[in-house]
Amino acid sequence: MSAVSERQRLSEGQPVAPGGARTRARSLAGPLLLVAILVVVLYPLAWMLGTSVKSPAEIASNVGLWPEQFTWRNYVSGWNGIPEVSFGRFFTNSLLIATGAVIGNVASCTLAAYAFARLRFPLRRLWFALMIGTLLLPHHVLIIPQYVLFRRLGWVGTPLPLIAPKFLATEAFFVFLTVQFMRGIPRELDEAARIDGCGPFTSFWHVLLPLSRPALVTSAIFSFIWTWNDFFSQLVYLNDINTYTVPVALRLFLDSAGQSEVGPMFAMSVLSLLPIFLFFLAFQRLLIEGINTSGLKG
Amino acid sequence: MALNTTAPPEGTRLAAPAPLPTRLGGGRAGRLESIAGYVFLSPWLLGLLGITALPTLYSLYLSFTDYDLLQPPHWVGLDNYVRMFTADPQYRHAVTVTVVYALVAVPLKLATALAVALLLDRARRGIGLYRSLFYVPSLLGGSVAIAILWQTLFGASGAVNAILAWFGITGRSWVNDPSTALGTLVVLGMWQFGAPMVVFLAGLKQIPRELYEAAAIDGAGRIRKFRHVTVPLLSPVIFFNLVLETIHGFQGFTGAFIISNGRGGPADSTLLYTLYLYKQGFSFFHMGYASAMAWVFLVAIGLLTAVLFWSGRLWVHYSDDGARR
Repeated sequence: MSAVSERQRLSEGQPVAPGGARTRARSLAGPLLLVAILVVVLYPLAWMLGTSVKSPAEIASNVGLWPEQFTWRNYVSGWNGIPEVSFGRFFTNSLLIATGAVIGNVASCTLAAYAFARLRFPLRRLWFALMIGTLLLPHHVLIIPQYVLFRRLGWVGTPLPLIAPKFLATEAFFVFLTVQFMRGIPRELDEAARIDGCGPFTSFWHVLLPLSRPALVTSAIFSFIWTWNDFFSQLVYLNDINTYTVPVALRLFLDSAGQSEVGPMFAMSVLSLLPIFLFFLAFQRLLIEGINTSGLKG
Repeated sequence: MALNTTAPPEGTRLAAPAPLPTRLGGGRAGRLESIAGYVFLSPWLLGLLGITALPTLYSLYLSFTDYDLLQPPHWVGLDNYVRMFTADPQYRHAVTVTVVYALVAVPLKLATALAVALLLDRARRGIGLYRSLFYVPSLLGGSVAIAILWQTLFGASGAVNAILAWFGITGRSWVNDPSTALGTLVVLGMWQFGAPMVVFLAGLKQIPRELYEAAAIDGAGRIRKFRHVTVPLLSPVIFFNLVLETIHGFQGFTGAFIISNGRGGPADSTLLYTLYLYKQGFSFFHMGYASAMAWVFLVAIGLLTAVLFWSGRLWVHYSDDGARR
């Protein structure tokens, strides 16, 4: 604690002396500013939450945070707000695609990462450079030819184009993340396994894989969040309302955006953010370490 | 290409994979390892070939054709590119909108992130909690739900106008006014300052305190310490955030799509490049034209990244001493 305050004083360039009113005011300015920024940042979310539990009449008259009358009505009408298909269906679709993406990403990216981190084979450097190169490739460049490809396979309108590629380690970010992590594992551990007669496969399965768990969990969480939030490719590939995911379905509220629709629309928006928020609560430390070690974006 | 500047020990190894130690036993074991390498790599190789490399080349071919998905592609040479640059005012408009957006949103977002990181670095308590809460918008911000929230928030009867009314200001529908619609997207970008802030904060923690002490002894004030100690030592992290956020900034889609209901309006004021590409490809089924647009996009982003890296040599300061702490 004393080291911190020492640093504080030094970085403010002030003599080590008991502070007068001015220094006290200055030392309060920082925390107050932080609280103010926090209020601004969280206000929109609180407003959405508050609005989602107001009655339609109140939404028009009361723009404040708190509802005068608390009601779940918007959640009920929003759930069945799209004709013929309920949000239960959309949530199931989203969950299916996200689960598929998580399994695909984790399985395929871990395999590739092990090869890059631990095995020697011809052209290894070239492949690694290409993998880094694909990190920078904008998704929008590939969407047209991939669409043509999946259309030829008859996959457009099904969730397959959103899941199958993940089993081929197309998300280079996770390969990269896991390679970085595996390089931090002491080589002596798998060397020892080799000396005991383990081949690459056994040492992967029994040594590297269990030790890489934090990287796998981080990859899994980010895969889930990204897929859950993804809109662009789901918009392109899903064209039958029965296969719609939550984001694509939420968009339907906008087509008929009258004032009375805000309540149900917000209610379903809140529900759609809930899984991400829960993931965040459960794994916040891991997520923040994840961005620190690899620059992953939320 | 060093993507990882915040964790130097790993980052330095990124440019080329570290040479693995030579193994005893040579021949047979080496061959087994090569085979194993390709077995482990096979899903990725298949993906690289089938999902990334060949489609990229195919899209290059399509960019020289007229293709509407129904008739086979029809070769038109450079027509798409010529039309894009000479006969499509909407295209030029989309480029302008995107460049303006990136030029305004990226610096604002990074400045906010750095300012808040500096505040947090000096805070005595609650750093972890603040860091987590500020990070929440970065996790949620790309979603349709938040874009919908933004559209309502900045709408005629949204919370923004309600707050302005307290100060006696009569607002308008910010998302429906061509002069402010893009501004609401800039604010949406800034709102997500949490991710670069977390990276800045980690970088600030790595600056050796002795340097501040030495600067204080030399009589440097706060501003000079910031300019001569913080900025140079943080420059690798600033550079890292700048590259990532710039690439990210050029690819915004969801926000613009939702607040304009897929049209890029009002008056094309939110017609980001990606949104125009989507419209050309999937609303008008001009697959050839959209592919040409995608290739110009790819080359532009590549050039921009190259320029950033080149400029980085002038102002990014890599200090082993600072990095190793």
